[in-house]
Amino acid sequence: MNGTNLIKIALRALANNKLRGFLTMLGIIIGVGSVITMLAIGQGSKKSIQSQISEMGSNMIMIQPGADIRGGVRQDASAMETLKLKDYEDIVNETRYISAVSPSVNSSGQVIFGANNTPSTIYGISPEYLDIRRYKVEEGDMFTEQDIQSAAKVCVVGKTVIDELFKNGENPVGKVIRFNKIPFRIIGTLESKGYNSMGMDQDNLILAPYTTIQKRILAITHLQGLTCSALKEEYTDQAIDEISEILRRNHKLKATDDDDFTIRSQQELSNMLTSTTDMMTVLLAAVAGISLLVGGIGIMNIMYVSVTERTREIGLRMSIGAKGRDILAQFLIESILISVTGGLIGVILGVGASLIVNGVARFPIYIQPWSVFLSFAVCTLTGIFFGWYPAKKAAQLDPIEAIRYE
Amino acid sequence: MDKTFTTNKREIIRLEGITRDFHVGEEIVHALRGVSFTINEGEFVTIMGTSGSGKSTLLNTLGCLDTPTKGEYYLDGTPVRSMGKNARATLRNRKIGFVFQSYNLLPKTTAIENVELPLMYNPSFNAVQRREKAIESLVAVGLGDRLNHKSNQMSGGQMQRVAIARALVNSPAVILADEATGNLDTRTSFEILVLFQKLHAEGRTIIFVTHNPEIACYTSRNITLKDGRVVSDTYNNNILSAAEALAKLPKNDD
Repeated sequence: MNGTNLIKIALRALANNKLRGFLTMLGIIIGVGSVITMLAIGQGSKKSIQSQISEMGSNMIMIQPGADIRGGVRQDASAMETLKLKDYEDIVNETRYISAVSPSVNSSGQVIFGANNTPSTIYGISPEYLDIRRYKVEEGDMFTEQDIQSAAKVCVVGKTVIDELFKNGENPVGKVIRFNKIPFRIIGTLESKGYNSMGMDQDNLILAPYTTIQKRILAITHLQGLTCSALKEEYTDQAIDEISEILRRNHKLKATDDDDFTIRSQQELSNMLTSTTDMMTVLLAAVAGISLLVGGIGIMNIMYVSVTERTREIGLRMSIGAKGRDILAQFLIESILISVTGGLIGVILGVGASLIVNGVARFPIYIQPWSVFLSFAVCTLTGIFFGWYPAKKAAQLDPIEAIRYE
Repeated sequence: MDKTFTTNKREIIRLEGITRDFHVGEEIVHALRGVSFTINEGEFVTIMGTSGSGKSTLLNTLGCLDTPTKGEYYLDGTPVRSMGKNARATLRNRKIGFVFQSYNLLPKTTAIENVELPLMYNPSFNAVQRREKAIESLVAVGLGDRLNHKSNQMSGGQMQRVAIARALVNSPAVILADEATGNLDTRTSFEILVLFQKLHAEGRTIIFVTHNPEIACYTSRNITLKDGRVVSDTYNNNILSAAEALAKLPKNDD
């Protein structure tokens, strides 16, 4: 007997019991639908956290002078003077996996404008810093390479600082503010980035040329840190290797020496946060998977009832020439049809439910194609697995007894 | 109708010393104790016997549903005893037409689809040929006007006609009827018998298993079983016409 005939027979049997078929399907529909919805919600929150991180620069790499021990006393990182301008220049010139580098020196203190003052931090950096940290200039301009050469007393300020210092709403560009008594002319303002996922205000800062901070505020020649961007997030590890090779060479470290610097990447943070949402996704999917299992057991139950109820039909089919494997295939196809149809409806329902969750509850969702494919494959396998035993039972019936079954 | 007496007819069924034992707990039940006979093409044979005589076991053996313990059974020249399950299923599909007491039609299914069923298991028929053959068979049993009636919209007599059409559709070597009139009233029983006599007249081989001795008057040969043995095997020289008997029956009042 060929496949088309078998599918015809199975469809006819299902059509004869529409309500029962639908109720059986319902288990699979709910199972597949909830798996897809739960995965969409889980993946959605993961995506939203990842995008928050990438706003801070997901490919960001931070280099700090590492903890050094002198005479048994571990030194504070800021007291270290191991990172030099040469390290910065070599990283700019010699690396392949890094797209942007900025030196970093900073100082905290009071900023004053007229009668107003506020505590803030001034960061000495190069213009690349904007790209690395994903800041944008809103009004005015960023300072230039020339300003760095001349250690110009210019700055670009964040929203929080502006709000505190310019309470009357005047245009801050062109005004001169004082930081630790040193005047800085404001040449630009930054677009607001708000608070980051750890609750830090990203707008309470002042950006100035690093040479200005080094010479006029801190009076140092070394760097307190370097901030870089890897070419892509995936290249973070290669970028870290390159940097560490250059730094070890420049610092003349022997193979047995520990690093005298620390490299941290945003990727580590990203991994930590996404592993939490991954865990949540797995838990949600597991709960939904259980409902798929229950749906499968429902199929098995109904198929057993169906086999018992149709014992005489099976006996008849065998007497007129159906082989055991024809009967097996007939019932198996029936249960697969139930589960595949249920799966299809479940996919539609799950996608619909995800969109509703997104539309009504404003919850971030993300439907991954593989999650749709996977739950569909699982429910087909469910149909085969739970349909197998009832179908086997049907195929093993003795036609003599089956045909006279009351 | 005296074709049965010509001896140069093809042998359809040949039983040689068939025995069939069943193990029921510790005991062995001998359902058949050495049954031998041959049936030629074109015979209309009644197999009679009380319950426990072994006629059901004999029917299962003739229908290739059961395998004898000893002896050999040739169906249209093919030895059946050594055949496997699947081979017997195919043999049933090609050589045998079953008619059961309780019709065994598929529920909520049209007459055509019911009749097509045996051909569904025969890969040499396509959908168009199946339909043609099914319509041909239904016309032959007088249901040409009820092709698309569903089984639950038909009377007992009509359902049994559909079942007979289903038994004819594969042009079998032999039609096996198991108490085919057992569920029907007298009038309808005669109508079915008329149909069987018509099929017989067309040269088909029919074996009719029953416990009703009256049927034997309308068939060409009568084999009686008792305690697993053939106790009589007689040819009927005076076959009554079921059509005449039907005409003599009092008319129904509806």
